[in-house]
Amino acid sequence: MPFRATTRVTLGFILLALACLLLGDFEISAHDPWRSLGQLFLGLLQPDFTSVDSLGEALLRTVAFAFVGVGVGALAGMGLALLFHHWWVRTFSAFIRAIHELFWALIFLQSFGLHPVTGVLAIAIPYAGIFAKVYAEILDETDPLPAVVLPRRAGRLSRLVYARVSQAWPHLVSYTAYRLECGLRSSAVLGFVGMPTIGYHLMAAFAQGHYATVGALLLTFYVLIGTLRWWVRPKVLPFYLLVAPFLLGTGLPIMWSNVTRFFTEDIVPTPLKRGEGLEGLWEWFAQLFVNQALPGIWNTLLLTQLALVATGALALLLFPLISRHFTNRPGGVLGHVVLVVMRSTPEYMLAFILLQLWGPSMLPAVVALALHNGGIIAHLIGRRSNEILLRQDAPRGVNRYTFELVPRLYGPFLALLFYRWEIILRETAILGILGIATLGFYVDTAIQEIRFDRAMVLILITALINIGVDVLARRLRGRLRLRHGVNRQRC
Amino acid sequence: MSDFVLQDAEAHYGATRVLGPLSMGIEPGEHVALIGKSGAGKSTLLSLMYDRWQAQPVALMPQALGLVDTLSVFHNVYMGRLDRHRWWRNLATLARPFRRDVDEIAALLDEVGIGEKRWTPCGELSGGQRQRVAAARVLYQQGALLLADEPVSALDGPQASSLMGKLTQGYPRSVLAMHDLDLALGFCTRIVGLRDGAVVLDAPSNTLDSASLQDLY
Repeated sequence: MPFRATTRVTLGFILLALACLLLGDFEISAHDPWRSLGQLFLGLLQPDFTSVDSLGEALLRTVAFAFVGVGVGALAGMGLALLFHHWWVRTFSAFIRAIHELFWALIFLQSFGLHPVTGVLAIAIPYAGIFAKVYAEILDETDPLPAVVLPRRAGRLSRLVYARVSQAWPHLVSYTAYRLECGLRSSAVLGFVGMPTIGYHLMAAFAQGHYATVGALLLTFYVLIGTLRWWVRPKVLPFYLLVAPFLLGTGLPIMWSNVTRFFTEDIVPTPLKRGEGLEGLWEWFAQLFVNQALPGIWNTLLLTQLALVATGALALLLFPLISRHFTNRPGGVLGHVVLVVMRSTPEYMLAFILLQLWGPSMLPAVVALALHNGGIIAHLIGRRSNEILLRQDAPRGVNRYTFELVPRLYGPFLALLFYRWEIILRETAILGILGIATLGFYVDTAIQEIRFDRAMVLILITALINIGVDVLARRLRGRLRLRHGVNRQRC
Repeated sequence: MSDFVLQDAEAHYGATRVLGPLSMGIEPGEHVALIGKSGAGKSTLLSLMYDRWQAQPVALMPQALGLVDTLSVFHNVYMGRLDRHRWWRNLATLARPFRRDVDEIAALLDEVGIGEKRWTPCGELSGGQRQRVAAARVLYQQGALLLADEPVSALDGPQASSLMGKLTQGYPRSVLAMHDLDLALGFCTRIVGLRDGAVVLDAPSNTLDSASLQDLY
């Protein structure tokens, strides 16, 4: 029996992942990993809400940074979307969205310091790049006829708002609301680099071993995201957006001399500052590339491939949890809760927690990436499976899974997985900040050594690899003829 | 001075010529009905005219109507005059319409019989109601020439007549693609018959009757 193209690609990815498994470091080095895990679960079961001295403030700041960051990003993204027919705008947008929020935060922390503007820009800039692309797509999909029948002398702005934006409005709103949920996750994670959001308090609680506090913080975060659609309503959204900028806190004042120095001196490659010319620059770059970038790239790709396959396996395993072909109503509700928890915990937060429990290796990173991304894909595939109508005498159980459902869902499943490839890579690079030797590790080290010129080059390399994988995934989807309109689900 | 003349006009679809060459002019006071089998070139001729006469105040009511489903009936009609106001006034109207516009458009909507629907999104209307909104839009827009493709096809007898009357009275000249021969003869001053992209009949409507037009089909 000859293999089909999708089977060949799948087997190729699995073989590659097995090879990565042999080459990577997956040891549990913690002294007693299961005891810590047990303590964490105990903390989730018996959360202590009184022990967080500023739970309310952490929540408020998390929400405020998310709203202001996403709001500014949406505004800038709309501006870019209107210019999206220029190739340089498309390139610029692709570039700014290829750099992760945390990398932007690291850059601005060195210039603006712990001022709220750091957190806002860290969210707003990459989000603007994403909004630009998606808004432009949504506007392109509108019916062109209303613009044709408008009086010819109507102004550009009136023409745009009445004939295009008005048609696209429901889609623009629902996509922006979806990004707001992503923004909450990004905002929470920014706490890990010092912004006053939930991540910051989570880190502090872990450092002190207060698992009951950790439990309280995590549960609050799930409730915040789980109830999003009840407290974020189109009618009250303008009110939130107006109030949020005043709730960011004051942070530390901006030292403008630092800002100037950072952008005019710190990020200029050292050989250029010393006047060593192009030859010196080349040698400096070659050193940096061979000693830091290459090992970083190697580990990032290794981890990405492994996490990708683990994500896929987990998603295929878990989608029956919410599929009506396998569960009844109460079971389905429970499955939904499991998947909501999995996908609303940011990878970075999960990896941080697992790293605390199991000690530093690639294992926590792979598990974190697989849990988060597997949760998302399982949710989307499960929903898709509910649209399938089976004949009444269709087989049950394993036969139903293997013969009726998986063959029908495999195309969309692969399409989704390839969409997330680039996202997994972005996240893998960033997990380096936690101490796993991916690109983020070298960026973070360079920053701690106050070698911002190196950090910038490494961040640029990371962005280029992201763009490369995105192009590769698009080609692969095209070759396997996988079409699934989900490129908008990305965070 | 308005000048609505086509001289040896042609339309192509890829390499194939689908219309013309044809020459015709529209005089003030003339209301032209385009008739012919589907595929004869009626819609093609209308869009060719819309294209050629860009510099002059021409209103278009295409068969697909070009309504924005997410906007209310009022706003869809208001769009007919987007060029008469500054951008900020148009934006303000999206949030909160001005009294003066509401009164004027409400009167117009009452005339075509959907006054009570003025705040309903167009996406929630039936085919006939949508056609009346598009008609109200071109009536509100005004101009020197109306081009309309089957403007009353979704309306029944008396409603169709009433709307045909309003459209032909609202503009000094019009070109209407029609499939209802009695309406065409009743409201238009001139009949142009098309077959395979060529003009095969061009005569004042008072010299014709519906039996003599059957040959075209």
